[in-house]
Amino acid sequence: MYTPVPYNLEIPTLFANKLIAPIIPANNPLTEEGVALGKKLFFDRKLSGNNTQSCATCHSPQKSFANNRQFSEGVQGILGTRNSMPLFNLAWNFDERFAWDGKEVGLEKQALEPVKNPIEMHANWETVAEKLQASPEYPDLFLQAFGSSEIDAVLITRALAQFERTLISGNSKFDRYLNGETTLTPQESAGFNVFMDEAKGDCFHCHGSDNNPLWTDNKFHNNGLDSNFSDLGLGAVTGDTNDNGKFKSPSLRNLIFTAPYMHDGRFATLDEVIQHYSEGLQPSATIDPLMKKVNQGGVGLSLQEKANLKAFLLSLSDPDFVNNPVFRE
Amino acid sequence: MRMLLFLLTGLLAWSACSSPEEAQSASVAVRFSHNWENTPVNAADFNILKFTNENGEMLSIERLRYLVSNVILTSASNEIYKLSSYQLVNLGEEKVTIEGNEVPVGDYKLSFVFGFTDTENVDGSYPDLNTASFNVPGMLGGGYHFMQFDGKYVGQSLAPAAFNYHVISAVNSADPNNLIFQDTSFKVDLGVVSISATTEIEIKMNIAEWFKNPNTWDLNVLNTVLMPNFDAQILMHQNGKSVFSLGAVQE
Ligand code: HEC
Ligand code: HEC
Repeated sequence: MYTPVPYNLEIPTLFANKLIAPIIPANNPLTEEGVALGKKLFFDRKLSGNNTQSCATCHSPQKSFANNRQFSEGVQGILGTRNSMPLFNLAWNFDERFAWDGKEVGLEKQALEPVKNPIEMHANWETVAEKLQASPEYPDLFLQAFGSSEIDAVLITRALAQFERTLISGNSKFDRYLNGETTLTPQESAGFNVFMDEAKGDCFHCHGSDNNPLWTDNKFHNNGLDSNFSDLGLGAVTGDTNDNGKFKSPSLRNLIFTAPYMHDGRFATLDEVIQHYSEGLQPSATIDPLMKKVNQGGVGLSLQEKANLKAFLLSLSDPDFVNNPVFRE
Repeated sequence: MRMLLFLLTGLLAWSACSSPEEAQSASVAVRFSHNWENTPVNAADFNILKFTNENGEMLSIERLRYLVSNVILTSASNEIYKLSSYQLVNLGEEKVTIEGNEVPVGDYKLSFVFGFTDTENVDGSYPDLNTASFNVPGMLGGGYHFMQFDGKYVGQSLAPAAFNYHVISAVNSADPNNLIFQDTSFKVDLGVVSISATTEIEIKMNIAEWFKNPNTWDLNVLNTVLMPNFDAQILMHQNGKSVFSLGAVQE
């Protein structure tokens, strides 16, 4: 019997120094064969009902594994209600709550969803497994990765999750600055101060910092987008009205590749996002108390502070990640 | 297997009795509980304007997490048993947070430090606390929050407004090139507890005390942006000292 080769996950030094170890489930360790198979599946349109969509259709490597549409379009052209999410550093989401509203627990389980979702890939898992089983190459690849050539949803999602865990983004300009390899421009460094200053941006309480290079807390908050919610977010998942309007804080890495922004893609540019936090906050019962001066719309950053903040945010972009040939089809 | 277990237990029993001065080891658990003037507070109370502070403002709690360090038991002969180097306590995750096994049965003084002392408050050096985003910005000297307590209050303006009662080690940052620090962590002595074979100790936080004693807290004045406010940190430090007390000690 073939024994797969353990995959050596290269953890950026900064992550190793600052963060606890990533989550790799004991029943799905990373292997060379499993990761390679997961990658093949990620880009394979056979996973959709009419063979027109792969995961990469909505999660494109060039776009930091998101896409630039406000709402993603399923195989039948039906629009969803959420903006596609970028995929990186997923093994560092320690609560393992995925999707904007945290409805999917664990990456393996998450991968079950888009395939059968009628407004996404609109397939059924048995048919997908049969299609792969009938192909000349897949049965062998599953055999090598998992010791079984009997393809089913469990093994497919395990392989997908393995590939997703290898998507690590840790080489932005700001990372290199923290590693002492480069310096920031005065504007970027002034922008970082806006981000960290409790009286100004105060972004660090939810979006990480130099000490939490994930640039997210992976928790759920209402950041003041609406007073009335058309999408309840976490509230619809937990059934607790205190959770209405709460969504997962996204990582601020790679924003240059992932417009538009927010769970519903309502903001086309980072300027609009910054405008929102500065003067567009909408009051509601569940708005996070870290949103200050809501009655005035926000703390009111100056034009200079806004420009600085934007320059800093862009320094979190990691072109090496989106250009990495290892992650391309 | 059974034989092995038998042998092991025998060995443990034997080694425990072998040194006459060493008494039986106890397993100790410490649990933090929270109340508002003796009414228990837990996650079900979040986000409801149901508490009234000493100054008369109604307020809600949306997040309350804090750092304790050096949780120790000190025996009459001054032997020290450290139950925990540090622990982040999060209201809403009611569970046993600290456990110790190597403590001989007997009477001890229980104490801990609220926050980190300066020597332990080293920027970025605790991965679990970084991961929990509990850091203090470098512009305020870095290190860690001692407490993050967020909620809303109804004060002079009738719409609910935010408060961020964030406790850190006090820093005067008026001159960014010359930060002046004052260590505002403090030791909490909870008195004597009797440790028997299995003991669960409750440490209670009366949240209302943060607004009360000795300084009556006015949320209309001190609500947000308190981290860089040196004077506010000193007031928090003073009020924090009466917040904790020893609760039930159960065998
Ligand atoms: C039709 C577009 C579309 C396709 C195809 C698609 N996704 Fe997604 N994906 C989304 C959207 C939209 C979200 C956000 C969902 C939500 O919040 O309800 C998302 C969320 C995710 C997340 C959660 C990320 C996080 O940080 O929480 C993961 C993981 C993911 N997708 C993986 C996959 C995989 C694996 C596939 C292929 C099996 C796939 N997606 C196919 C649109 C798509
Ligand atoms: C209370 C926590 C919190 C704070 C503080 C906060 N954010 Fe956010 N942020 C969120 C949440 C939650 C979302 C997602 C909201 C949604 O989609 O409904 C978000 C979304 C974003 C996005 C969109 C990213 C994307 O991929 O769509 C950007 C950019 C952003 N925030 C930047 C900032 C900046 C800059 C600051 C400081 C001025 C800040 N945030 C402060 C919680 C917060």
